Amino acid sequence: MTPEEVSEFEAKIRAYVGRENGPRQRGKDDVNVAMIRHWAEVIGDQNPAYTDPDYAARSPRKGIVAPATMLQIWSMEGYPMCQSPKVDVQRELHNVFESYGYTGTLGTNTRTEFYRELRPGDQVNFHTIIDNIVGPKKTGRGMGYFIETVTTFTDQNDEPVGRQVFRVLKFVPPPQDAAQAAGGQQAAAVEAATRIASPRGHDNAWWWEAVDQGRVLIQRCKACGTLRHPPRPMCGECQSIEWDSIESTLDGEVFSFTEISYPRFPGYPYPLVVGVIQLAEGTRLVAGITGCEPSAVRIGMKVKGKVEQVDEKTWLPQFYPV
Amino acid sequence: MNRETLRYGGVAVGDRLPELKIDITTGLIVGGAIASRDFTPVHHETKAAQDVGLPDIFMNIITSNGLMGRFVTDWAGPQATLKSIDLRLGAPNVPGVVMTVTGEVVAKDDAAGTVDVSVTGENNVWGTHMAGVVRLELPKEA
Ligand SMILES: [Zn+2]
Repeated sequence: MTPEEVSEFEAKIRAYVGRENGPRQRGKDDVNVAMIRHWAEVIGDQNPAYTDPDYAARSPRKGIVAPATMLQIWSMEGYPMCQSPKVDVQRELHNVFESYGYTGTLGTNTRTEFYRELRPGDQVNFHTIIDNIVGPKKTGRGMGYFIETVTTFTDQNDEPVGRQVFRVLKFVPPPQDAAQAAGGQQAAAVEAATRIASPRGHDNAWWWEAVDQGRVLIQRCKACGTLRHPPRPMCGECQSIEWDSIESTLDGEVFSFTEISYPRFPGYPYPLVVGVIQLAEGTRLVAGITGCEPSAVRIGMKVKGKVEQVDEKTWLPQFYPV
Repeated sequence: MNRETLRYGGVAVGDRLPELKIDITTGLIVGGAIASRDFTPVHHETKAAQDVGLPDIFMNIITSNGLMGRFVTDWAGPQATLKSIDLRLGAPNVPGVVMTVTGEVVAKDDAAGTVDVSVTGENNVWGTHMAGVVRLELPKEA
């Protein structure tokens, strides 16, 4: 976008902040036992307060209540959502984002407060305001904006029964997502996650290819014999670009380590301890430390490495206590 | 589910809830979407989900919210009252994954008689599907 387009876009979206998404409306269905039962059935919720009239009558509530988590359900539009969804103010705002390339949509947060429990026969009215637009922000999905809407729910007496804040990210999907979407047509099954693929470039692919063959190599300067790792084109001692390599015995000790707890990456086993290993040859190597409790790992601990297949696609050196 | 409701005094910060494993099936995703009157195509039509880059239909937020609420009231018992759910969404739940839900009591408010439970739903393929805090009120006396 040009700076002019950016300011035009910013002006358009900011104009939506504070706008109501239509007047307060009554839910299509008042609170009722059939919808409660259908919901409890799918959720696997066996709470007798929702579905057992005899139990409920004898309980302190003296009757059935709806699960609190149904609050939003009483406001849903229903089947028209998959034919010709209503173009409301919220939809209009999404359309503005989409016309500027922010085509990705991701619900990221909801916060729902329940002021009182709803009972069969209660009427639920709802009213939504576009409360805030935060951004642009760089997110894991791409550059985006968070749209925050606030819906208040009231009953037949105009008493508030609940409030929900909903946060949606509108983002510019990175190009590979589009490619994935196109390729995704065939991908019917979910693939198990694997480790993040090693980045194999001109100067280091040879090292990873050796790992795939079960060997850890250390680059050696042909001119002065200095060993170096990670792989790079030039010797830091003598600036020679002539090199060969030796194979490490994978004897070493823990130079430093950390336990990775959060965020958890799919495809990695937890607990996950990653160390800097001081190899007997003199260079250091970043690798997983396994075969013992994380609490047993110490700086200076003697370890022995093995190249192992850690998932369907990945071979890695891993170190075990000796 | 626990049919005896826990008492406020009987719960301590640090208490862990029984773990719940949920098989995420096409039936659960479509069933949850329809029971919540959410007919957005990505929750029932594979092609629509693939058009947004996912391999298959995925669970709607209302269902995740419902499962989180159920997980906590299963433990607390039928007379517990949900006061709020603060939910952060992560990786999508698609058919074939298993979501393991765990929880721990993280705070108590003596004046309000409320307990905060931190809940996480991890799916075995893509990691955290949902994380959040559920606040519920427990009866004070037996
Ligand atoms: Zn050299």
